[in-house]
Amino acid sequence: MKKLPKIALIGNPNAGKSSLFNSITGLRQKTGNFPGVTMDMLIGKWHLDNGGDAEILDLPGIYSIYPKSVDEQVVINILANPQHPDYPDLAIVVVDASNIKRNLLLFSQVRDLGIPTVLALNMIDVAENQGIVINSVKLARELNVEVAEVNAKKGIGLNGLRLAVNKTLESGYNSNDSLPMEYSHELVAEIKQKYGDTDDYHALLWLSEHDNLQQFNTQQRVGFDKLQEKYGWNTQNAQSKETMARYAQLNEIVDNCLHQMPVEDEVVNTWTDRLDKIFLHRFWGYFIFLGILFIMFQAIFTWATYPMDLIDGGVAQLNDFLKSQLPPTKLTDLLTDGLIAGIGGVLIFIPQIAFLFLFISLLEETGYMSRVMFIMDKLMRRFGLNGKSVVPLISGVACAVPAIMSTRSITSWKDRLITIMVTPLMSCSARLPIYTVLIALVVPEKSTLFGIFNLQGVALFALYLLGFFMALFSAWVMKILLKVKERSYFIMELPSYKGPRFSHVMFTIWNSTKAFVFEAGKIIVAISIVLWVFASYGPGDAIEQAEINVKMQNPTLTGIDLENKIAAQKLENSYAGHFGKFIEPAIKPLGYDWKIGIALITSFAAREVFVGTMSTIYSLGGEVEDENATVMNRMRAEINPETGKPLYDAALGFSLLIFYAFAMQCMSTLATTYRETKSWKYPAIQFFYMTSLAYFSAFIVYQFLK
Amino acid sequence: MKTIADLKIGERGIIVNFTDEGLSLKLLEMGCLPGTQVTMTHIAPFGDPIAVKVTGYVLSMRKDEAATIIVA
Repeated sequence: MKKLPKIALIGNPNAGKSSLFNSITGLRQKTGNFPGVTMDMLIGKWHLDNGGDAEILDLPGIYSIYPKSVDEQVVINILANPQHPDYPDLAIVVVDASNIKRNLLLFSQVRDLGIPTVLALNMIDVAENQGIVINSVKLARELNVEVAEVNAKKGIGLNGLRLAVNKTLESGYNSNDSLPMEYSHELVAEIKQKYGDTDDYHALLWLSEHDNLQQFNTQQRVGFDKLQEKYGWNTQNAQSKETMARYAQLNEIVDNCLHQMPVEDEVVNTWTDRLDKIFLHRFWGYFIFLGILFIMFQAIFTWATYPMDLIDGGVAQLNDFLKSQLPPTKLTDLLTDGLIAGIGGVLIFIPQIAFLFLFISLLEETGYMSRVMFIMDKLMRRFGLNGKSVVPLISGVACAVPAIMSTRSITSWKDRLITIMVTPLMSCSARLPIYTVLIALVVPEKSTLFGIFNLQGVALFALYLLGFFMALFSAWVMKILLKVKERSYFIMELPSYKGPRFSHVMFTIWNSTKAFVFEAGKIIVAISIVLWVFASYGPGDAIEQAEINVKMQNPTLTGIDLENKIAAQKLENSYAGHFGKFIEPAIKPLGYDWKIGIALITSFAAREVFVGTMSTIYSLGGEVEDENATVMNRMRAEINPETGKPLYDAALGFSLLIFYAFAMQCMSTLATTYRETKSWKYPAIQFFYMTSLAYFSAFIVYQFLK
Repeated sequence: MKTIADLKIGERGIIVNFTDEGLSLKLLEMGCLPGTQVTMTHIAPFGDPIAVKVTGYVLSMRKDEAATIIVA
């Protein structure tokens, strides 16, 4: 089979690239992964005239081919390497007509890379509203390239675009003949001789960006450094000069093709201006932002409970059904209590994650998120963070894994690193079941604060605030400790407000949820199985003896009570039980016994395992309907053997709550930190600082309240 | 020397030059060329960052970044 031609969509952020992609592909799209990085890439199919399909890639928006942030680097890694599996056969550069000069800068760079290029002129209506009229025929002639006028959002002009693409694909024509700036031909010749034959612009791109390009190994990079030295190459200088030279050339072209009609008032009072007066207001701006956060929390913690209960009930029913149908063997137990319970533990988070991404993608789609960054930047900077840290911190409430991945847009490495390090302190949705159970145990249900607020609700909210403030505090400490002299900057476009595209929002929710289920799911399922094995087997024959022992000691017990007693005895003698006993001395000062020790150990890989472990430890059968309520009843009935009072008093409850609020108990997050920082150092630091924070805070809380 | 950071809301200026070479590339790529007109449109609640209208769109930057762009 002939390989499908690859077409890449390239353009400035907000130029309408994704809209064009959606219009072209409709629903014929899927997500792929950029090789080497886990970043979603949309791939679609487009039917071209001469029979065949083309594969079309939607690349992240960039302003130039010189990357400033990690997500921009992804694009350059493809475009700089003709051997890359995703290197396009043709590039469609989407150009915003209302801001044509800045957009054409990127166009000219892509064209000079020698990729056959088509220009899609978008947002002509917006330009006309600003009195800008563009002669696209003339533009095509001046740039010596096919130009198609499109309206990406409405899907108008696609036939013209297809025609232009067909023509260019067939001819393979690229119009670059000479670069606009001066450069040493001798230098380029030497690069070509050492690193393979290519066109001049590729050679220069390699020279200046080699440290960011995956295609080169360390030795090759050293070679580039030597060349830079030999020829006195200054990358910053060269790139600035090139940009100026390109603009000089483009100025002339744009002057010939663009007509600016007089507009009544130059500062046109657009909708965006009017909305910004409210959203960026010194009081209302923050007020509205808090209001939106409040609604978001309401959705995640109230509305999401209905689908979550359904999922919970469904998994429990499936388990009961399987238990009643399958023979009662170890294998059945593994399937039901190990595997399906583990999968259920993943599925239960889907509604919350979906709601969170619904809100985040709505805020991003409409352009509101960049306003939040704008009004928060000054505040966040005091703590060593950045206006752009707001998105990861908010996302961290659902799950730290996508939150850490969303730090890629932060241009400064130091700001990005600090954001990655503190994001897991935000209380993620996996902590929610733990909070719910423990708060119900130690905070009286009926009591209220000032007669209005339910005290349990206040406690929950306080835990979220605690996580947030601890994140800010840790960031502030790291800002002082990290001695990186690096510029952080905040030069960013505030796009005009847009209505959200429904399909795009749905796609984001679908992709993010899917990523969570598979990425985090794998680990949670694996842990559940391991936990099941460690809780079901033990050294020697103590486990086999458990049943006989219990029956001998409690001859009157029958039914469920007997089974529970046996299960508890078995657990105590299992490997997990021995582990728990082993660490008991270390956790005694926090008020924990060996049973909680088991839960701590099992939940070190994924904290959501805590409630499940507790229900196993406090020996529950599968027949009780509301799992949480019964775990609670069992825990409430637990007596401290030393004092004879209930074990779960306020001191222990709050100590555990604080521990779980701060502790780093998530393998997926550590793996993500490793992937994003490309070093084991940072996940190790993250693990130790958060765990120490948890241990000492819990210690103080327990000793004070005891 | 007047810079963008000195502009009041609604005030206009023409970019003359940059004082920080490291930032100038990013600013150029964002369309801030010498000779381009900028209009101050927003100042964030605590006086920083600021936003200007340049070549038909709104660009935000921090105050110390704005102070590297000389305007007339």
